[in-house]
Amino acid sequence: MSTAPVVVADDSAVERALDDTRPASWWHLPATTTVLGLLALVFFGLRGIPGVESVYVLARESDLNPLGIIPESVTLPSKGGAVAFSLLALALSAALWVLQARVARPRARLRVTLVVVFALAWILAFMTWVISQRTLDVTTLLQGTIVLAVPLAFGALSGVLSERAGVINIAIEGQLLFGAFGAALIGSLTGSVWIGLLAAPLMALIMGALLALFAVGYHVQQIIVGVVLNVLAIGVTSFFFGTVMRENPSQFNAAMRLPTLRLPVLADLPVIGRVLFDQNILVYLMWIIVAGLTVALFRTRWGLRVRAVGEHPKAADTVGIAVNLTRWKNVLLGSAVAGLGGATLTIGTGVAFGEEMSAGKGYIALAAMILGRYHPVGALLAALTFAFADSLQLRLGTMTASEGGVSIPGDFLLMLPYIVALFAVAGVVGRVRVPAADGQPYIKQ
Amino acid sequence: MMSTVDAAETGSAPGIGAGSSDTPPPPEHTAETAFARALQRIARGDLLVVVMSFVLAFLIGSVLIVIADQEVRETLGYFLARPSDALTAIWQSVSEAYRAMFRGAIFDGTGYSRAADSVREAGGSGTYVLIPALSAGLRPLTETLTVATPLIIASAGMAVSFRAGLFNIGGTGQLIVGAMAAGYVGFTADLPVVIHLLTCLVAGVIAGGIWGGIAGFLKARFGANEVISTIMLNWIATYLLFFALKTKAFTGANQSQPTSPSIGENAMLPPLLGDGFRLHAGLILAAGAAVLLWWLMSRSTIGFHFRAVGSNPRAAQVAGISPARTSFLVLAVAGALVGLAGAVHVLGTEKRLTEGVAGNIGFDAITVALLGRSGPVGIVLAGLLFAALSTGGRFMESSQGVPLDLVQVIQVLVVLFIAAPPLVRTLIGLRRVDHPGAAARVRRARRARTADGDAGKAAAASGAAAGAPTHRAGGPDPDPAPDPGPEADREAGPAPDADRPADPQEDER
Repeated sequence: MSTAPVVVADDSAVERALDDTRPASWWHLPATTTVLGLLALVFFGLRGIPGVESVYVLARESDLNPLGIIPESVTLPSKGGAVAFSLLALALSAALWVLQARVARPRARLRVTLVVVFALAWILAFMTWVISQRTLDVTTLLQGTIVLAVPLAFGALSGVLSERAGVINIAIEGQLLFGAFGAALIGSLTGSVWIGLLAAPLMALIMGALLALFAVGYHVQQIIVGVVLNVLAIGVTSFFFGTVMRENPSQFNAAMRLPTLRLPVLADLPVIGRVLFDQNILVYLMWIIVAGLTVALFRTRWGLRVRAVGEHPKAADTVGIAVNLTRWKNVLLGSAVAGLGGATLTIGTGVAFGEEMSAGKGYIALAAMILGRYHPVGALLAALTFAFADSLQLRLGTMTASEGGVSIPGDFLLMLPYIVALFAVAGVVGRVRVPAADGQPYIKQ
Repeated sequence: MMSTVDAAETGSAPGIGAGSSDTPPPPEHTAETAFARALQRIARGDLLVVVMSFVLAFLIGSVLIVIADQEVRETLGYFLARPSDALTAIWQSVSEAYRAMFRGAIFDGTGYSRAADSVREAGGSGTYVLIPALSAGLRPLTETLTVATPLIIASAGMAVSFRAGLFNIGGTGQLIVGAMAAGYVGFTADLPVVIHLLTCLVAGVIAGGIWGGIAGFLKARFGANEVISTIMLNWIATYLLFFALKTKAFTGANQSQPTSPSIGENAMLPPLLGDGFRLHAGLILAAGAAVLLWWLMSRSTIGFHFRAVGSNPRAAQVAGISPARTSFLVLAVAGALVGLAGAVHVLGTEKRLTEGVAGNIGFDAITVALLGRSGPVGIVLAGLLFAALSTGGRFMESSQGVPLDLVQVIQVLVVLFIAAPPLVRTLIGLRRVDHPGAAARVRRARRARTADGDAGKAAAASGAAAGAPTHRAGGPDPDPAPDPGPEADREAGPAPDADRPADPQEDER
């Protein structure tokens, strides 16, 4: 609606105006949630196994848990619990129908809250169904979530850094892989896990430099450079893995692990204690970098310049910002950050380097960045969501191997994070505004 | 200096936005510059860049071989004491690796002479020797053609999406579902000769089209980024295949083994050179796919829509072409072609479904389409080339112990280099071609000096004779247009490096 009526004669005009402004696709979101809720009700609730229980373990005896505020475990009847959660999800869908239908421009905050609560209810319905007759340790699940989120978050931050400056970064996968490779290789060579940690971002810088060279320096189509660099990273690391590392694994590819830094007292809190305060340095670094980058991007002169370069490079150039230099710097910085994420895959989790060990995490990180709307905090939240799906998949994979209860084929569980990412990108959150000059090389006139 | 800009040389690469953005200067007509102009044409031409890209990629590949070679590393340990050892070891490991690659990809000389000898011993001569010997010698070439078959078809699919401005990274997924559908029809249905094969191929095409169409639908309906969604669909298809190969429907009687039964005789693509060779009729389909690509993109209305949306979605929309609908169609068509590749691969080469049936074809097809600049002739040549590299690489791996990943690195480097011609020219010392500004500055400086008088003119002449002027214009010149005057011809010297800028930073921006 381009011209608003100045004088409103009667209510019907207002109604019509509202109808006009309401997007034609207003019903997509509530329709989707309703269908999902009904599926949950039928499959997880009504078709569940009757008369069995699902147990969620929350706290441990050794935890700092005065007066037992947090119960050690929660036991739900599997069928009844799943039905209840599904009904809650359906109620939230109904609220979404009302919200989307009545208000011309639904308040985004309320809508997002509703969607998030809906998702929680749906997941709880699913979990209550799937762990029938079994026990799920919530702390382990969440701890796994954080660990798995680290490479995704670092990768997504790498994407935020370079795409905010207008360079599409598909090469996150390669940066993660080089980081993992560098950490394992240099860590083993020097025998120090800390030097390995330093080497990871440096190694990933190679990928960043190549991306910047081709994308910024030679104006090659950026998506292509990214895809091709990922293949290059797989090729180079697999080559050395198959030759040097295989010949002498103890010298070139030993399994090392960063020590866990346990914060006293805080780590003893039930549930969140072990999840948040009993992790290695990379996890803490992740929080720090997310916070720092948020402030830097949106509250400092540097951030304003970076965003200007990503939105309107010509204008930025006019006021004296070196566009391509900024892009170079940001791509390099981003790749170093992604290298830290790569370090998580090897020295962060205590495994040796393996062929193609990033296994598509870079692409999921990319999805997390888009889902997080090119914002560090959003990217972190999206990374946590994907990591939760992955962690759940891992827990359920070990769980469903045992007899009894519900069983889902392992391959479908492995698909789970990718399906979540696909749905997420397909638009639960709607279209995302991309930095205006993202992907466009800047050629000075 | 830039008198011979070949206009056709730039911009013919949809997808690869490489390029020199130089504006063609006014032509210069002097006989003396003919030779220089010829050199210029070579320096600016595509062929040089392509050839040098390969040379550079193989050079970097050699570096990898050398680093990975234990013996070389040992000899490097005492390099200063006896450098010849290290150099011999380097030469040995590199040359043997590449020789093995050639032998495995094109012509097997050892096999040729062995077959010839054995026939001669049995008393044969003339063509009786030649034919079996040649068939042994050329066996690698037929292998290359076999490997190239699905690669070319899949690249045709990729090329469709690239030309429409969509980055379909989902080759792997589309290939897997195509192979799954074709394979399933192949080993379950029992149909007459030609019909069975056709049904299988159609099944593959439909499955691939649906898989591509999902990404297209998500793009058209919700604006989902096709790069992400196709990649996610790759993983989903991969795990779907793993799952399928655990079910009774796909594994048949032997459920513990994650492979399907062999497809029916009627569903197999017939071999082209008899049963002794793996080469099959899929090669004809590959040629057909290239022709189809040409017809679709250059002759059909729908292809015109694809290209219109690819080059400017907004203009296409104004012209009445719906970008959303088109992007759905593009990905469906691309997926269908890639699905056909999967079907051909399973019906002709693999003959059964396994977990690794797709191999690297999906991703290789992307690089092949890029290298072939998404054109029909280009992808056929690039497909043959990549197939040769990977069959050669496989032989190299088994005979020399150099991992196949080296081939992947070389392939990728070739694509990267070809995408950035100025980089290649810089690396081989022809930087000047891309930085004509330096020459223009020299020219202006000279003109300024000739205006000064006879002494200046003499100095300029000597400067030109020396071939490497180390001075440049003193102050900023408001007139950036190249000077077509007679002095301009003089410094178009035959040596390509004649007047590289003394100060490389100067023309960075």
